[in-house]
Amino acid sequence: MGAHGPAKGLMRWVTTTNHKDIGTMYLWFSFAMFILGGAFAMIIRAELFQPGLQIVEPEFFNQMTTMHGLVMVFGAIMPSFVGLANWMIPMMIGAPDMALPRMNNLSFWILPPTFALLASTLFMEGGAPNFGWTFYAPLSTTYAPDTVTFFIFGVHLMGASSIMGSINIIATVVNMRAPGMTYMKMPMFVWTWLITAFLLVAVMPVLAGAVTMMLMDVHFGTSFFSAAGGGDPVLFQHIFWFFGHPEVYIIILPAFGVVSQIIPTFSRKPLFGYDSMVYATASIAFLSFIVWAHHMYTVGMPIAGELFFMYATMLIAVPTGVKVFNWITTMWKGAMTFETPMLFCIGFVFLFTVGGFTGVMLSLAPADFQYHDSYFVVAHFHYVMVAGAVFSMSAAVYYWLPKWCGKMYDETMGKAHFWISFIGFNLTFFPQHFLGLAGMPRRIPDYALQFTDFNTMSSIGAFIYGASQILFLFNVIRTIVAGKPTSEEKTWDGAEGLEWTVPTPAPYHTFTTPPDVK
Amino acid sequence: MHLQAKRLLKLTLSPVLLLLGLLSTGAWAEEAQRWQVNMAPGVTEVGAQIYDLHMTVFWICVAIGVVVFGVMFYSVFTHRKSLGVKPADFHESTTVEIAWTIVPFIILIVMAFPATRTLLEIYDFEDTELDILVTGYQWKWKYEYIDENGENISFFSNLRTAKSEIYNEDNKGEYYLLDVDEPVVIPVNTKVRFLVTANDVIHAWWVPALAVKKDAIPGFINEAWTKALKTGVYRGQCAELCGRDHGYMPVVVNVVEQEEYDAWLAGKKAQAAEIKALMDKQFTLDEQMAAGKPIYDQYCAACHGLNGEGGVGSAIAGSPVATGTVAGHLDIGVNGVPGTAMQAFGAQLNDVDMAAVITYQRNAFGNNMGDTVQPIDVYNFKQGQ
Repeated sequence: MGAHGPAKGLMRWVTTTNHKDIGTMYLWFSFAMFILGGAFAMIIRAELFQPGLQIVEPEFFNQMTTMHGLVMVFGAIMPSFVGLANWMIPMMIGAPDMALPRMNNLSFWILPPTFALLASTLFMEGGAPNFGWTFYAPLSTTYAPDTVTFFIFGVHLMGASSIMGSINIIATVVNMRAPGMTYMKMPMFVWTWLITAFLLVAVMPVLAGAVTMMLMDVHFGTSFFSAAGGGDPVLFQHIFWFFGHPEVYIIILPAFGVVSQIIPTFSRKPLFGYDSMVYATASIAFLSFIVWAHHMYTVGMPIAGELFFMYATMLIAVPTGVKVFNWITTMWKGAMTFETPMLFCIGFVFLFTVGGFTGVMLSLAPADFQYHDSYFVVAHFHYVMVAGAVFSMSAAVYYWLPKWCGKMYDETMGKAHFWISFIGFNLTFFPQHFLGLAGMPRRIPDYALQFTDFNTMSSIGAFIYGASQILFLFNVIRTIVAGKPTSEEKTWDGAEGLEWTVPTPAPYHTFTTPPDVK
Repeated sequence: MHLQAKRLLKLTLSPVLLLLGLLSTGAWAEEAQRWQVNMAPGVTEVGAQIYDLHMTVFWICVAIGVVVFGVMFYSVFTHRKSLGVKPADFHESTTVEIAWTIVPFIILIVMAFPATRTLLEIYDFEDTELDILVTGYQWKWKYEYIDENGENISFFSNLRTAKSEIYNEDNKGEYYLLDVDEPVVIPVNTKVRFLVTANDVIHAWWVPALAVKKDAIPGFINEAWTKALKTGVYRGQCAELCGRDHGYMPVVVNVVEQEEYDAWLAGKKAQAAEIKALMDKQFTLDEQMAAGKPIYDQYCAACHGLNGEGGVGSAIAGSPVATGTVAGHLDIGVNGVPGTAMQAFGAQLNDVDMAAVITYQRNAFGNNMGDTVQPIDVYNFKQGQ
């Protein structure tokens, strides 16, 4: 096979259509955004370290909470999993590349200018968007800073990028599987991404619709979200959450996929209940479309609506429970070892389940009348987003990094990263449950005195968690620059799957002739 | 120094204190509030029901957690390669899959019953005895008591915490950020209905002890009710992000005995009647100057300076507005300046107070315009626009 290497220089990255190059760029971009969004979080926690205003003004605090949410959701977590999909899906299904390589390049290169645009609003007159990442109207329309127009444009662009990325994944999985790779033989990561891609294609246009209506309200005199002109501010919330709830599963389903790859490897035992995992993932995806208004229990819905959304939301616990039980049964009677990826996965199962418990509590509408918009909710979604998505992403990086670059990361440093993250994370977010139950609302720059101690603890935890990510960055760079070279095809003795049959490091082109799948 | 050391010690001991906080009662009340880790049942029947539901689900989750995490950690500690374990190779069982689908489903149905019952209770608006219209403004609440004879009384409720406390120049008071200039007053053992709406953006009216949280949506009226079983002062905050001062619009509800409530209401009505009577009166310049100063100090001085020298807002001394036409001056006072920190005070100040403070601004700080604005002028200005 004639070696056909990458082009040289900067243009390699600008013009590349190679799934590994694009995957790498996605991963680095998302890490940069993770650091940026994390910096915003540090400002938030520094201000909340003590009651009173010490560091920032309320106006800027609101910009920080908004930008933190937007950057983390759209800039860090989503692109990181797209990067992982780019790298791994072709290698897992025995395809030479993604089905639509030029679109792949475009969908990545839309992102850096989009987030540069979004971040630049911080330096504009009137300041960055300050209406929360959920941007409820009319705070985000009639009462918004002028930069809302940049925000709308940015959301359109990142939506377009996501839709292209997901069309590409669907086209790849449906058309480019190696002979013999039937749907029910696909690795779980591929399955979860296939389902996620359909969710994205379904809901990103809804988000685009919502921001377009905002644009019309702001600039063209319509009143979609203004009661004074015959519109309805609550309509915005329905549209937003019709996108927003599937969105949180878009974030978590690929994480489920990662964990379902890694736990069997280090348990040296096949994934338990593969078929039920596929069905559970599909059920979660379906349910995500009929539960959106559980974010809006206090908005004044009729009781029939409250009951429907409460019952539907409770149902999500069933397929999610099936997944957790399957992971644990996979570990059961295995021969486990605890390298860094496995530690992050066990941390994931433990903390994600805690987030699942608070999810069940929040699903109960009457109790939600107390929890809603309090720090209890903040604690809940960080347990599922950070300990869910971010932990699984860390696991994925450690797991596949040797395959990507042919070098081994430092295990001690990796384990230190896990334990510091684990402690920092829990110190940050566990006390926030207490704060919420005691009555502290979310998104406030200053708080009553009885909330002081837990806020101080939470801030200290956040600084620890933040610092541990610098260790992560250092470990990854150190591995690439000076890690111990490895050329074993199977980095991990228990690993299964096509990606472990190609040489290490993975050559620029893999599976130019399809493999045999038994 | 001593306090600092005590605080540090507490932080280190916090896990222990947490447990104590959970178990504490009575004598520990103050500490318990500081280290409050759980929802409080509050002072209403609905609140107690919500609390019970919350605790039921909490303990169900704890029980499931003990089993699930117990199995997981047992496995993690015993099924290790380092202990010489050989991996099993089972990987499916339809029976267990069905079992762990059905069992959680049954548990959920068990939870759904009390949840549905409480929700129906919350949505039961029969037999409410008193209606209060709650309107969210950026960033304060307005309360209007609906009276059958149309003699509604209304007032604004503003944050009372001083800027100097927020900016750490003074010690923070006990009710830092949770204190208002005028609390809403309701009688005990009475089913009170709150009609909740907003004037600008969406707010949410939340008092944990009364188990009420309802979004205040401009252009729509939501309803919520409470029946407090104990007198006392109950505090809450706005729960929906509503812009810059979202953290600075507390709710304070004063629950009192029926007689005390009647007396309070009579007092408010007398006050309103008094203001009505003053509408026709012609005040002298001296009277208006005397009346205007305290109003200026309370509402204007924070931004415009005690001596009209300006600050966040422009200077009043020698300003083109205060030395211009009365109509132009009234326009700013009543309608504010949209898009700036200058709010519209037309709804917040009654016509008598507005006339006095405008007069004060026009004649104090060396402005010496010599004109006297009367309540009727404010009334006519508002009618005319």
